[in-house]
Amino acid sequence: MRTALFAAVLLAQIASNSLSAAEVPPGTKLHPIQEIVRGNGTEPATLDPNKAEGRPESNMAVELFEGLVTLNPDGQVIPGVAEKWESREDGRVWVFTLRRNAKWSDGSPVTAHDFEYSFKRMVDPKTASQYAWYLGKASNVKNGRAIVEGKVPPSELGIKALGEHTLEVTLEKPVSYLIATLAHGSLMPVPRKAIEKYGDKWTEPGKLVSNGPYKLAERVVNERIVLVRNPHYWANAKTVIDKVTFLPINNQSAEYQRYRANGIDMTADGGVPPEQLKQIRREIPNELATWPQLGTYCYVFNFRKKPFDDVRVRKALSLAIQREVIAEKLVGTGETAAYSFTPDSAQGYSPIVHDWQRWTQAQREAEARRLLAEAGYNKNRPLRFELLYNTNEGHKKIALAVAWMWRRIGPVEVVLVNQEWKTFLDSRNRGQFEVSRYAWIADYNEPSTMLDLFHSKHGNNDGKYNNPKYDAIMDRAKSTLDAGERTKLYQDAERILAQDFPTANIYHYSNRRLIKPWVKGYGRNPEGRVLTRDLYILAH
Amino acid sequence: MLKFIFRRVFLEALPTLLVLITVTFFLIRLAPGGPFSSEANVPPEVMAAIAAKYRLDQPVWQQYLGYLADLARGDFGPSFKYKDFSVNDLVYAAAPVSFRLGIMAFIVAMLIGISAGITAALKQNTWVDYAVMGVSMVGVVLPNFVLAPVLALVFAIWLKWLPAGGWEGGALAYVVLPVAVLCKHYISVIARITRGSMIEVLSSPFIRTARAKGLPMGYILRRHAMKPALLPVISYLGPAFVGIITGSVVVETFFGIPGIGQLFVNGALNRDYPMVLGLTILVGALTIFFNAVVDILYGFIDPRIRIH
Repeated sequence: MRTALFAAVLLAQIASNSLSAAEVPPGTKLHPIQEIVRGNGTEPATLDPNKAEGRPESNMAVELFEGLVTLNPDGQVIPGVAEKWESREDGRVWVFTLRRNAKWSDGSPVTAHDFEYSFKRMVDPKTASQYAWYLGKASNVKNGRAIVEGKVPPSELGIKALGEHTLEVTLEKPVSYLIATLAHGSLMPVPRKAIEKYGDKWTEPGKLVSNGPYKLAERVVNERIVLVRNPHYWANAKTVIDKVTFLPINNQSAEYQRYRANGIDMTADGGVPPEQLKQIRREIPNELATWPQLGTYCYVFNFRKKPFDDVRVRKALSLAIQREVIAEKLVGTGETAAYSFTPDSAQGYSPIVHDWQRWTQAQREAEARRLLAEAGYNKNRPLRFELLYNTNEGHKKIALAVAWMWRRIGPVEVVLVNQEWKTFLDSRNRGQFEVSRYAWIADYNEPSTMLDLFHSKHGNNDGKYNNPKYDAIMDRAKSTLDAGERTKLYQDAERILAQDFPTANIYHYSNRRLIKPWVKGYGRNPEGRVLTRDLYILAH
Repeated sequence: MLKFIFRRVFLEALPTLLVLITVTFFLIRLAPGGPFSSEANVPPEVMAAIAAKYRLDQPVWQQYLGYLADLARGDFGPSFKYKDFSVNDLVYAAAPVSFRLGIMAFIVAMLIGISAGITAALKQNTWVDYAVMGVSMVGVVLPNFVLAPVLALVFAIWLKWLPAGGWEGGALAYVVLPVAVLCKHYISVIARITRGSMIEVLSSPFIRTARAKGLPMGYILRRHAMKPALLPVISYLGPAFVGIITGSVVVETFFGIPGIGQLFVNGALNRDYPMVLGLTILVGALTIFFNAVVDILYGFIDPRIRIH
């Protein structure tokens, strides 16, 4: 009974959401040439979705391919190749029904076997995907972890085609937010025939077969990737843009100049150079688009280094930070002050207000002073430590501001240490820091992608925070199917973090881009994904 | 000549390259942070699978020997960052772009630099000389990362004459600004060298003799002064040529040009070991080659140092 009800709720949800296509309001005058040029941050490491690593790769994967589910412009999960799905055995088994009109760009049908092949390929150690862990750890697909650890062959993954159009996914234990995890860029179907024929070269133009709204037309490494419409895409009739060119420009000023010279219609996510912000506000304020992002900027305390094992020190340092000043004045592109780690915009989360959050800044600083003194720091014995960040003007500005805020609460002497990116990652992973800049962007739209980081067993728990009570809550949340109950568990988790202060949260990221006024159809997807499929160009 | 080539290749070039490869191979592995480290820590078992795929699980000396063996077959290995390509693929696609850009900038730099240098030398200590030297001083000290955005601002955004970036297979409109930025430094240096050496030559006895004979100045310049005056310039041109085609990192990054400069800088930042090694070998080989070319050219211009 419970299963049936659960499935019914899901189907109702699906029906209320929009289809994956551009929705052009009636009466809109479209430009005769529907072509767009977009920034993509940097050259994608690969166009193979199973090997996708970060944003640039994932951006390409979701333009070229379509997974079981996809996201609408506002970031809600909507059916992709799967037309509907239902859960059985209390969420332990999920059955997806694939749409019969889904086709590859060579005209052949997209089947459940394609998904089975892709998911098994992704976890196969031979593929060497950096996201191989994802199906096991985030989605909890049966044997996902064991395959990655090499204990079980990839054929044992809990995914099985029950026919051409029916796919069964078996989980280790029920996971309530499975569907949200399936929108990930690495979980696209991949063309088995092309991969077996061409090996690693299957992603070249002319060889790459895709099932999404676009197909690959041209690729010049470090210059551009050109995609054109895939006429076989099942919703092709509703796609408006004919051609999209992605430019891998990692220098934001260069991207900005090309945007201003009308060489780019939409910059990459985050493509708003801070040093030009004043000019942008003055000259093209309407072209700056910002909306909340599922990500948090913070400083992480290393529990292995004294005195950061002392909660009084961590709390004092966290209380001293004037979050609004940093988010609104120093950064100022739609970022919001972070008191909790989970951004307010995460689906399935309901923000809470911590006690100290209600205090005035003066009260917070008074408490911070008291805590520092209690921890034994005074003029004769100042609190001395290094604050590590990766080399970047923006991070430096924030570090300087925070160091100044820390000095206001007493004898705190901070040495700022900056390191080049890979060196920085190495220091952080090896625990060679006292306090370090830390940032996390959600892999999927659900609080667990943020809060799992503080689980004692999580690979990115760089500060080595360990609280068994916290672990227990997160373990329970994972398999709690009732949405309301789960939200409460996440709130409990945040309450523990607000007592233990494993991090000093600073701000929640925003999605920010420069978008020409003639580009329409984008929404406020908190994951930052803006699919060309949803866009259209106004006459101008 | 054959003996010269033999000596150059087997006794000088190959040992130099081997030292270069060895030093680079081990040095880049000392840089902190590996090619596959990322903000989202990859679990150890996943890292092990990646390491196995790229032979990083072997002892370093074994990796080194394996690399040399591949190299002997002309295989520079897979790119650790760009998983769809081998280093050969990427360099093969990028090198012609940098060469094309570099050669254009080089020709412009030579034409303008040498003419300006000679003009300054002939009008020594006049306002012409001061103007040329002043401008060339600005050219030397003005960094490319300042000049590139300024030119883009003026010609692409304000005047809208030229695009602010892109390559489009090297279409004329797209190369003007990059060439202008790239040749600026070399124009200045070549002008200074030419001026200095021309002044020296013009004051030497054989020129005075020619003038005393009543020969016209234009003839003296072409027939007698040019060759010796250009010798120092030519010795500078060898390394400058390599520098101009491989060192356009700022220009390529700013204008979005898909050349080897971008590959180099991304390779270093991403710890893409085979990419950095491959490009180091390329730059090393080019440097050795063009130095040899300069030596041969020297012989043609100045019989006194002709190779025996």
